[in-house]
Amino acid sequence: MQPLLDVQNLTIELTTRDGVAPVIDDLSFSLNAGETLSFVGESGCGKSMTALALMGLLPANIGRIASGHILFEGDDLVQASDAQLRKIRGNDISMIFQEPMTSLNPVLTIGEQIAEVLRAHQGLSRKAAWTQAVALLDAVRIPNPKGRAGDYPFQMSGGQRQRAMIAMALACAPKILIADEPTTALDVTVQAQIFDLLGDLRKQTGAAIILITHDMGAVAEMAERMIVMYAGRKAELGPVDQIIDHPRHPYTKGLIECVPHIQSEMSTTRHDLVEVPGIVPSLRQFGKDQCLFASRCRYLSEACLASRPKPQEFANAQSADCWHAGDL
Amino acid sequence: MGILRIVLIRVLYAAALLLAVLVLNFSLMHLAPGDVADTISQSMGGADQEILDEIRVSYGLDQPFIIQLGKYIANVAQFDLGYSFFYNQPVSKLILERLPATLLLVITAQIAALIIGVVLGVISARKPKGISNYLVTFLALFGYSAPVFWTGILLLITFSLNVHWFPVAGMRDVTIEGGFWTHFVDVARHLVLPAVTLGSIFLALYSRLSRASMMEVLGSDYIRTAKAKGLSDHQVVYKHALKNALSPVITLAGLQFSAVLSGAVLVEAVFSWPGLGTLAFQSIIARDTPTILGILFFSALVVIVGNLLTDLALRVVDPRVGGRE
Repeated sequence: MQPLLDVQNLTIELTTRDGVAPVIDDLSFSLNAGETLSFVGESGCGKSMTALALMGLLPANIGRIASGHILFEGDDLVQASDAQLRKIRGNDISMIFQEPMTSLNPVLTIGEQIAEVLRAHQGLSRKAAWTQAVALLDAVRIPNPKGRAGDYPFQMSGGQRQRAMIAMALACAPKILIADEPTTALDVTVQAQIFDLLGDLRKQTGAAIILITHDMGAVAEMAERMIVMYAGRKAELGPVDQIIDHPRHPYTKGLIECVPHIQSEMSTTRHDLVEVPGIVPSLRQFGKDQCLFASRCRYLSEACLASRPKPQEFANAQSADCWHAGDL
Repeated sequence: MGILRIVLIRVLYAAALLLAVLVLNFSLMHLAPGDVADTISQSMGGADQEILDEIRVSYGLDQPFIIQLGKYIANVAQFDLGYSFFYNQPVSKLILERLPATLLLVITAQIAALIIGVVLGVISARKPKGISNYLVTFLALFGYSAPVFWTGILLLITFSLNVHWFPVAGMRDVTIEGGFWTHFVDVARHLVLPAVTLGSIFLALYSRLSRASMMEVLGSDYIRTAKAKGLSDHQVVYKHALKNALSPVITLAGLQFSAVLSGAVLVEAVFSWPGLGTLAFQSIIARDTPTILGILFFSALVVIVGNLLTDLALRVVDPRVGGRE
């Protein structure tokens, strides 16, 4: 079966003051229809860049796709014209952004911001688009959707704005929904509601979801497969349960250990929180022919500094880019 | 809060402000040396102290300052701005005759400068490295740094004297006969050069500000969202970005209203435009205190009304202003 989205050897270069850095370095993955794939990693590891590249929205003059292909239903989005991309954006592939506070236009009503997508892609009339927008607000469980459609973003709470964003993204029943840290800016109780909502909507619409997050709990709950990114490179890829159960990359292992556990039995002693020591390398280090995680890794050996690790394959299409993956 | 209530509150503020302006203007004029008695005696070729005193008594200038002020304010409250000794006319009649000409000039210049300025600003913001950007920047700097009277005279020489496209001075050609449209076209032709001259400074301000504002807005998250929705460039720029970028420009335009008025004095002088500016200039020379005070009062009124309109415009553009319930 042909995957819905097939990204092959994608390399994205970012021009900075220090020169050109490959912020996404030789990334390949695929996404099947209806599946949820999660991108996990620290800030600056290239998760959001990948998402923007899929949408054709890399920052102009700064970021560019240096090589590779993004095949959506067989068509290469890297070669696509602006007009073609516009037809796909918001229609076949849509995106929910991190900051519901700033990602909605402050001077247009919520209803209008949803309705205009419908008008642009489905050619609905003003009236039909508005009715549909109200129905969408209802679908994302905003109370009194008829009244709220005429509200401006500043009249809504953070959670409601993110719901409105989701309604907007789902307006044209996209085949792929990219959610870029959809709950980072929200408080915990609202986070759970948003994930519930996303899960339900996915069941209803059958959209494939690319969930970008650093919330391991959300990954475990939402996604079937995950990609762990580190410094613009894939660290590990595979089924979520299997990776959480037995991570093959030291970085994945570190990330999983970082998640604080609520103790099932209350006791006076508590486990210390674990951290991954060190910080993400600077952009200048990107693209070097070595393991970029080496400086933070407890399994460091000479091989790690000699060359970039090749993917090591395991059962169920789990793969880890680490020379020591087999030993972990 | 209903829009009516806002307007009502603003009108009350405006009344208080106008009262303050009246007191201040009157006091300042009183402080300045020389009065109408001096001017009258001068035009008579000199007069002795007795006659001077007589003139002062007949105009009420011999009374204490505070009484003069009180009388003046009481009169203004009844829409009586006094009588011009120099023009031998009631001041209000004098001003109302000239006001339309000034308003026509000022409003045309403001609106044209705003619209053209915003369009230029948007064009240069969309392509920050394009040739149009440098052109707009140059034009803006030139317009801003050239003195109004100089620009005016230069335009006069070029377009009136050399190529005869536009009339040299005044607001209408008295020799022309015809219906409304003939006169309309005539006034419009007279209006072009003064409006361009007056507008050039403000065009520069507005284009620079809308360029900066637009560039900031184009980099914001909600513009990325709009692009992610698959909207056309045109929709992204003119629907999503422009409405957000307009707020600071409208605010500035409101603040500039008083500057446009004072700029009008110079422009009217250069083009002999029969407006308040010319009147102000002449009455200052003639020490015609009631007329000067009347003009100051009307200028304050125009500025206050301009600011009120600005506020209302901001509410239309940005729903966050004022906070709906």
